[in-house]
Amino acid sequence: MGIEVTVEGLTKSFGSQTVWEDVTLTLPAGEVSVMLGPSGTGKTVFLKSVIGLLRPEHGRVLVGDVDMASSPEHEIYEARKLFGVMFQDGALFGSMNLYDNIAFPLREHTRKKESEIRRIVLERMELVGLIGSEAKLPGEISGGMRKRAGLARALVLDPQIILCDEPDSGLDPVRTSYLSQLLIDLNAQIDATMLIVTHNLDIATTVPDNLGMLFRRRLVAFGPRELLLTSDEPVVRQFLGGHRHGPIGMAEEKDQQTLDLEKELLPAPAVGVPPQLEPSPGLPPRQAVQRRRQRVLALQNQRRVAATAPAPGEQP
Amino acid sequence: MSNPVQGALRQSGDFFALGATTLRDTFRRPFQLRELIEQFWFVASVTILPAALVSIPFGAVIALQVGSLTQQLGAQSFTGGASVLAVVQQASPLIVALLIAGAGGSAICADLGSRKIREELDAMEVMGVSPVQRLIVPRVLAMMLVAVLLNGLVSVVGVVGGYVFNVYLQHGTPGAYLSSFSALAQLPDIYIGEFKALVFGLIAGLVAAHRGLHPRGGPKGVGDAVNQSVVITFLLLFLVNVVLTAVYLQLVPQKGM
Repeated sequence: MGIEVTVEGLTKSFGSQTVWEDVTLTLPAGEVSVMLGPSGTGKTVFLKSVIGLLRPEHGRVLVGDVDMASSPEHEIYEARKLFGVMFQDGALFGSMNLYDNIAFPLREHTRKKESEIRRIVLERMELVGLIGSEAKLPGEISGGMRKRAGLARALVLDPQIILCDEPDSGLDPVRTSYLSQLLIDLNAQIDATMLIVTHNLDIATTVPDNLGMLFRRRLVAFGPRELLLTSDEPVVRQFLGGHRHGPIGMAEEKDQQTLDLEKELLPAPAVGVPPQLEPSPGLPPRQAVQRRRQRVLALQNQRRVAATAPAPGEQP
Repeated sequence: MSNPVQGALRQSGDFFALGATTLRDTFRRPFQLRELIEQFWFVASVTILPAALVSIPFGAVIALQVGSLTQQLGAQSFTGGASVLAVVQQASPLIVALLIAGAGGSAICADLGSRKIREELDAMEVMGVSPVQRLIVPRVLAMMLVAVLLNGLVSVVGVVGGYVFNVYLQHGTPGAYLSSFSALAQLPDIYIGEFKALVFGLIAGLVAAHRGLHPRGGPKGVGDAVNQSVVITFLLLFLVNVVLTAVYLQLVPQKGM
């Protein structure tokens, strides 16, 4: 089973510019979460902070006992072995062919024999559909293939936590939906905790168990997909609907005047909750589904109790 | 925050931190022998030919200049010793510095910088592999090794060039050239030359790595980083050369006195 990642009060700034502040959320173990946000809201920065590549000014990112934001470097290096990260452009080593790229983590961290490495690498390459391209260099293949190779490399050490930075960028819609299916199938097979950073609506509405959104230097919302997909929050609604009515403008934010003008227009309709992707036939069911159902039910009960209970300080 | 003094201090601090990390990681297993050999071969292949070609005219210029000067003073018999000392102690380490920084350092800086912007270095770190241990240590060691060996080559070629020019063009006598050579020059002169080359290789490698690891924004940033790396290396090397020369001349008694 995957590992839970807890983010508490995280704040990151570059110089005097705050990227986001006081981000608090929990990526539940084994579940798929998506972080949404318009371009330039620091989604990638968030992902790099989770893995400890960037050091946020305040707050903690807990993976087991290790705080990825401030623990000593050797502990962070150890903890990173639990992660598999798929970078935006694959981030393959340009001087190695695909086979060596994917075998790299195995050769660095394990003492496996070359025959065993070969078996694992070919298995992962088959999983992402790259059989036959072992000897190609990263410069010789398309962006989509680079991404898939990056994913295969992220998977060879059987990670417990998988982070994907914009899995859809540079891919056509058909390949994007294949990739979405691949991510869900992976989750069913290895039950890893997954965080996907994207602004692709198809991925956001059909893949994750949980959704979150960054906007205006803060986390607008994070929660089960049903909650976000039916949210009344104008930003969330605008983004998921993909239209112009709402607080998001071309230059990040709109001014008050434009907003007032738009109020007279019709409010944006809610998107509804489309069915979530299922693992491909023949694969085991996702174990996260059961755990999540219990978690969300408990959450609902809590809310109901909170709503009926008298507010503190009020006389019974 | 963005005050220039603080910025400069932070950069220097980063630079020394990188130097310390590189030193520490040099002794951390597994040692990247393969990468070291590849880098050594690469740096050697881009520097050997230009170094040899530069050192012939350099040795010649020094021989001509010193020859004409000693002629005016009536000390032709010391032309050999003087020009050999100038070549071995000063010219040769500086030629090595120029080539190591200009040809080797710039290539290393560009390579690391483009890896950085393609997120290769991030990916490496995420996989729990330290880029300093894996990439920078072998590069810095390769630069130091090549610098030392190149210095030997440049010294020999420079001295031979000086000899040829002095004897055939200025009609100096071979005997006087050679005897003044052993009257003035001594073994520590070659040691200091080699030591300088070693230090220059270290500084050039570290500066190239430091600049390459922090390119500012995109491919243009890599170009700027390479440019800075070469300029900073030159400045540092000439400065360090003055210090090393001064210390050497104070510490080691000169033979002619």
